[in-house]
Amino acid sequence: MLSIKDLCWGLGSGEEILKNVSLNIESGKMTVITGPNGGGKTSLAKLIAGLEAPTSGSIVLDGQDITGWDITERARGGIGYAFQQPVRFKGLNVRDLLELSAQKELSDREICELLGKVGLCANEYLDRVVDSSLSGGEAKRIEIATVLAKKDAKLLIFDEPEAGIDLWSFTSLIEAFERLKETEDRALLIISHQERILEISDYIAVIADGQVTKYGTREEILGGLLGEEKAVRCPLGKDKEENT
Amino acid sequence: MNKTTEELLGIVSDWSGKFTGAYNIREDGACAGRQSSENILIENKEGAPGLVIKIKPYTKGETVYIPACVTKGGIDDLVYNDFYVGEGADVTIVAGCGVHTSDGHDVRHNGIHRFILDKGSRVLYKEKHIGTGAGQGAKRIDPVTDIIQGEDSYLEMDTIQIGGIDSTFRKTTGKLGKRAKLVIKERILTDKEQRAETDFAVELNGEDSGADIVSRSVARGNSYQEYHSKISGNARCTGHSECDAILAENGKVNASPELFAGDIDASLIHEAAIGKIAGEQIIKLRTLGLTEEEAERKIIDGFLRG
Repeated sequence: MLSIKDLCWGLGSGEEILKNVSLNIESGKMTVITGPNGGGKTSLAKLIAGLEAPTSGSIVLDGQDITGWDITERARGGIGYAFQQPVRFKGLNVRDLLELSAQKELSDREICELLGKVGLCANEYLDRVVDSSLSGGEAKRIEIATVLAKKDAKLLIFDEPEAGIDLWSFTSLIEAFERLKETEDRALLIISHQERILEISDYIAVIADGQVTKYGTREEILGGLLGEEKAVRCPLGKDKEENT
Repeated sequence: MNKTTEELLGIVSDWSGKFTGAYNIREDGACAGRQSSENILIENKEGAPGLVIKIKPYTKGETVYIPACVTKGGIDDLVYNDFYVGEGADVTIVAGCGVHTSDGHDVRHNGIHRFILDKGSRVLYKEKHIGTGAGQGAKRIDPVTDIIQGEDSYLEMDTIQIGGIDSTFRKTTGKLGKRAKLVIKERILTDKEQRAETDFAVELNGEDSGADIVSRSVARGNSYQEYHSKISGNARCTGHSECDAILAENGKVNASPELFAGDIDASLIHEAAIGKIAGEQIIKLRTLGLTEEEAERKIIDGFLRG
């Protein structure tokens, strides 16, 4: 459903962040992108969601070339994107964001269901303003819920959904991803270092130094990755700050 | 009442053909309708244009409406309204104001409101201002609010200037007794060449009194806003003021908060933030399917809603 071909992107300084990345994302499957921090994973997600424009290459969604589409067009075309760092708003509350994403008014029950999927006790959050009064974990879970609310999305992208989430909520999140896989024919693209997320994936792509260094089914990739991790005692390459 | 008044009433005081309970409708400087209730007495003020509103002690759950509309250019409406809120009362006061001009003459409403809250009373005061009409005449609203709060009283002022006012100067003063609490939520939107100036001066004179002043504003076009607040802590007390402003286009905002601690146990805080809408906020809403313009409007609406 999503085909990325020879995608390149770099910083204004000339530094190349992504180098000829090609990848296919299938409907109804979960693809996890992992690899060392700074390798280009978030950059790739931003290019898919339209937050950045590639210097070359193409992105095709359901047979349509969307490379030139802007953020709004891609969202309306069916791409949902959960930010790694949730955005705060003075004045917009949880209900506002979820309804904007769902493009309709939501009942309290529908909102509760969405928030329940990310481990939030809904009644406390229905009308809570999404501002700096929320903890990092709360904001992160609400960010994920806004993407889960996007019912028309064909592709849901989550950038490090595990970051800042406690264990109990993380378990709820894993369950939500598994339910999405089982019940809906949508593609999930998750950027993660988390072993439990890798374990429920269908496909794994490793991106390092701006290139896809490994790609295959979970069975083909995961064992080797975990072996490498043990060998270097470095959890899936967390060796430098993610800033790209 | 003329049609413009009816339209303005619908905007500023949620009027839908009638008010229930006590009310006074002011239209172009004259009374267009009045009703007192068993517990809320509305009378003419002696020696000056305006009203005296007396709320009996322990009145609970009632709302009194005192909207004012000026519907023609060339009118400069000045009104003095005094509210006496009896001990233990708990009421809502709705005091919206709309000014309209469809010609080249200026139109102005200047409402001078005085609140005297007796011991233990509680008031929610709602004030919505708007200017309408395509006339070239300037639309002005210059409210003055003077508050005297007795011990254990509580006043919450929720004021909003929706738009269309070319010039406003809003002056609010408060003197609080023991354990009295004053909460002010002000929201102002200016555009084009409009100007808004707001000035708060609150004296926390009673032990354990408190004030919380929050002003949110959006300055668009070539508009200019000025915010000044002074909280004086003259006893053991808590005071907080917050001024948040969003700038768009060539909007300008000058915020100058002031705190005075006249007692060792006065605890006073001020927060201020002025800036344009954060780009990441626009981007986030665009990832939900909004255009840039829709996202900006949504962010501003939410911000002003508070």
